[in-house]
Amino acid sequence: MNIINTGKEKDCLIVRVEGRMDAVSTPEFEQTLGGWIDEGDIRFIVDLAGLDYISSAGLRGILTSVKRLKAAGGQMVLTSLHGTVKEVFEISGFNTIIPIFESVKDALQEM
Amino acid sequence: MPEIKSTAKIEHLQRLIEFVAGHAEKAGFNAKRMNEIELAAEEALVNIFKYAYPGMDGDVVLDCRSENEVGFILEISDNGAPFNILEVPDPDVTAEISDREIGGLGVFFIKKMADEARYRRKGSYNILTLIFRKE
Repeated sequence: MNIINTGKEKDCLIVRVEGRMDAVSTPEFEQTLGGWIDEGDIRFIVDLAGLDYISSAGLRGILTSVKRLKAAGGQMVLTSLHGTVKEVFEISGFNTIIPIFESVKDALQEM
Repeated sequence: MPEIKSTAKIEHLQRLIEFVAGHAEKAGFNAKRMNEIELAAEEALVNIFKYAYPGMDGDVVLDCRSENEVGFILEISDNGAPFNILEVPDPDVTAEISDREIGGLGVFFIKKMADEARYRRKGSYNILTLIFRKE
């Protein structure tokens, strides 16, 4: 899994997550995001265009981060879900509890 | 019957999933279906890593085979305490974010991704059989 900070727009940190979010890699996602939150970033757009696989461990990591940001008065939205990743969000109902946009551009319009 | 045996620990997850993926690919599944098979396998394995052997080490055995009439069959065995994973209640997938519990979601994915899931206790082993049919 790669987690890439691609810069800031409209006070949102835009983060690209690539590869697989499974039981092994997800703690790294939580730690990396946690580091940025500790540095004061509380608005995130997470671009999942390059994410090919996610399991319940990955969803847990995302939910933990979303809850942490909410408590801090911030927000996280997701963009560009596709394939099995999109399916997993739909089956689990996570698509109804976390804002999801078609693209980073769409997300920026709403932020 | 290609089989792989490993200590039931998270650090072996990748190797075990690669084993399953390799055999699923040979069976002729497309990338999306292979992802779904890997998801079911990960959820079953992680459950064993977490709960099958509290406070001690134990093994997990994976067995993959393809049968023309049935499809791709993945059998996952552990000799931990008797536990029928399929009896774990489904999560509430409509709950609000503040009430969201992740428990049960992994088992829910196993049931959704496999065309058929069966549990049996054989001697001291829990055996989960997942069947993925060919389209």
